[in-house]
Amino acid sequence: MKVLLSGNEAVARGAYESGVVFASAYPGTPTTEILENIVQYDEIYAEWSPNEKVALDAAIGAAYAGKRALAAMKHVGLNVAAEALFYSSHTGFDGALVIVSGDDPGMHSSQNEQDNRHYAKFAKVPMLEPTDSQEAKDFVGSALDISEEFDTPVLLRLSTRICHSSALVELGERKAAKDERKPFVHNPMKYSMIPGFARRRHPVMEQRLKDLAEYAETFPYNKVEWGDRSLGVVANGVAYQYAREVFPEASFLRLGMSWPLPEKLIRDFGSQVDKVVVVEELDPFLEEHLKIMGIEVAVGKEFFPILDEFNPGIVRDAAYEAGLVEETVEVQKVDTGELPPRPPVLCAGCPHRPVYYMLKKYGLVVNSDIGCYALAVLPPIATTDTLGCMGASIGVAHGINKAGVEERAVATIGDSTLWHAGMPGLLNVVYNKSNTVTIILDNLTTAMTGHQPHPSTGRTLKGEETVKADFEALARAMGYEEVRTVDPLNLKELEEGLKASLDSDQPAVLVTRSPCIFLYDERPPIYEVDLERCNACGRCFEIGCPAIIRSDEIHEKSGEAKAEINSILCFGCDVCEQVCARDAIHKVEE
Amino acid sequence: MKTTNFALVGVGGQGVLLASDVLAEVGVKAGFDVKKSEVHGMAQRGGSVLSQVRWGDKVYAPLVGKGEVDYLVSFELLEGLRWLQFLNKEGIAIVNDQRLPPLAVSSGGMEYPAQEQIEKALSEASREYHIVPALARAQELGTERATNVVLMGALSKYLDVSEEHWLKVIEERVPKKYVELNRKAFAAGRGL
Repeated sequence: MKVLLSGNEAVARGAYESGVVFASAYPGTPTTEILENIVQYDEIYAEWSPNEKVALDAAIGAAYAGKRALAAMKHVGLNVAAEALFYSSHTGFDGALVIVSGDDPGMHSSQNEQDNRHYAKFAKVPMLEPTDSQEAKDFVGSALDISEEFDTPVLLRLSTRICHSSALVELGERKAAKDERKPFVHNPMKYSMIPGFARRRHPVMEQRLKDLAEYAETFPYNKVEWGDRSLGVVANGVAYQYAREVFPEASFLRLGMSWPLPEKLIRDFGSQVDKVVVVEELDPFLEEHLKIMGIEVAVGKEFFPILDEFNPGIVRDAAYEAGLVEETVEVQKVDTGELPPRPPVLCAGCPHRPVYYMLKKYGLVVNSDIGCYALAVLPPIATTDTLGCMGASIGVAHGINKAGVEERAVATIGDSTLWHAGMPGLLNVVYNKSNTVTIILDNLTTAMTGHQPHPSTGRTLKGEETVKADFEALARAMGYEEVRTVDPLNLKELEEGLKASLDSDQPAVLVTRSPCIFLYDERPPIYEVDLERCNACGRCFEIGCPAIIRSDEIHEKSGEAKAEINSILCFGCDVCEQVCARDAIHKVEE
Repeated sequence: MKTTNFALVGVGGQGVLLASDVLAEVGVKAGFDVKKSEVHGMAQRGGSVLSQVRWGDKVYAPLVGKGEVDYLVSFELLEGLRWLQFLNKEGIAIVNDQRLPPLAVSSGGMEYPAQEQIEKALSEASREYHIVPALARAQELGTERATNVVLMGALSKYLDVSEEHWLKVIEERVPKKYVELNRKAFAAGRGL
């Protein structure tokens, strides 16, 4: 039976069919839905780990235990997990391990663009790359087979367009899983990487790469599709599909395995076509290796962009520029005038908003982190100075305060992000004694990726009850004496907490705790503006709430528009009522 | 058969993704190869949303570039304009007449495009365009949330696919107690 599955759903199905018994991940776009779909299979233990490094260590442990395991993460998650990738490449496993990396060309929901094919070469492990959902499912099984046969972790690289595109997939049965308990295989020379043992593993890895390169020559998804031999296109991933649309007559070499490369197959292909063209998203990875092999690449990255994700239009335009196709699609020039942008914004009622509103007032250097609150970088809030990666806020704030500038630097970090990568930075502040205030924006969920549970929600991915980790107790255990908790929707309480934290001039933690609006069962009572009382002072606009809009009513003296509250968007957080000096904002009477 | 390309656009939270699920499943029921592409994550927080669906004998790419869309269905007026460049000259635009002013308009200094400007751009860029009261039809049935199904009904008139396939997919996709309501919404859309 064929069903429509997204790439993420297909990977989950592939894990089920290929006998995976352990799956771990930290949520991250574009791969979040892999674990959210795996959780439906009772045969697979699945968890949200606090971060990708822990997820990968845990999956490695499952593979050491002789089982088939999967760890999934977004491209930058593999940066976090890189150490585990490298040692596991040395050790291999008694079982099998596939590591899913979801790259995000175009940075739909990421802080940087990076091509994780480099990790395969860097860590000396094989990498598979599907071109659609069917292959995404099938490659999970292929990766695990390769992992078992060659004693290596295998990277499965997806991209946003593979993860979030749906295509028809033929479903199969679950392969019998090795889930029986056996004695642990004690083999410290293979699994304990002290220098003396690691030195013995390195030559094994080098030989493994040679063996894998040999295997790549016959890997069924490295294949030539003969067409017109005047043009030979080498492509992989979703870029293969785009190239297929643009060059319907050409010969193709599609590479399902992007590391190590099948040199003989590539040479044979290159020698039988007049011109070799490489179509790949992001870096010239294949192109460079073809050039190292001495193969002339007629058209590569000088035409097909390194930046951003592709689509068939971009590939066609580049091919046209390069003289490979006769014509390109004409894009209509329609005069639409300048259109107002519609970027994503913090929701009305979001408990993060008043925190930034308050920080703006105090003129601080705000160092922020990864989460919905990244939306505070841009107007209307525009109260963030630095934002780098998961957990960076606290370390950066500490460095700024130690080095010294006129203003105080503070850190803002979400609850899930603090558990992910914030703890060592938090410890550093108190250990090395900077007067950094760390504000933990606790909305009781991993909001941006779709409200996954985390270690202080009291719930696991499988829906079981568990411990609720405690930020305040953590800070005190680290040695913080200045630890406060406030409700950010109460501006007075928030301001007092912030002021006291700053005034102490000590390392301080301020937990601002209020649930994400998606966690409410019912919408709280909403608010409205009394236009008689409103004098269009504009204070409520400064909050930057999407529910507060300019009304058609103009204040006579100032000529400014009075405020109005959008009754569909308002979430009753009450913050605008608190800033209004004219007592013009009230709860709507039921 | 030439591949048919659809783009469904709107604002995060309007039900664009659910409508594109329905459209993709209808294509499968009608016997086509189908691909669908959308973006999740940060963009959903009230931002502009684009989802693409393609039906054909054999579909390679899950999305197309500018100038290649045959049917543009916009859930909001301004968004129809924003994605207009994706439409090909022979394409058809179906645009819900709902206006959702973005923050740049509601509290910033920018203007929402005027009706004449919207209609002029739509007429220049398409073979035919229809601005339809999908929201009002859904409200008449008692819920704004059926707007997306009304729009699918409006789109269905232009496609050579049996109405049965649509109704079957709606039945499969919608919770049982809302099936009748959504059937009515679909019929209301076909009547637009």
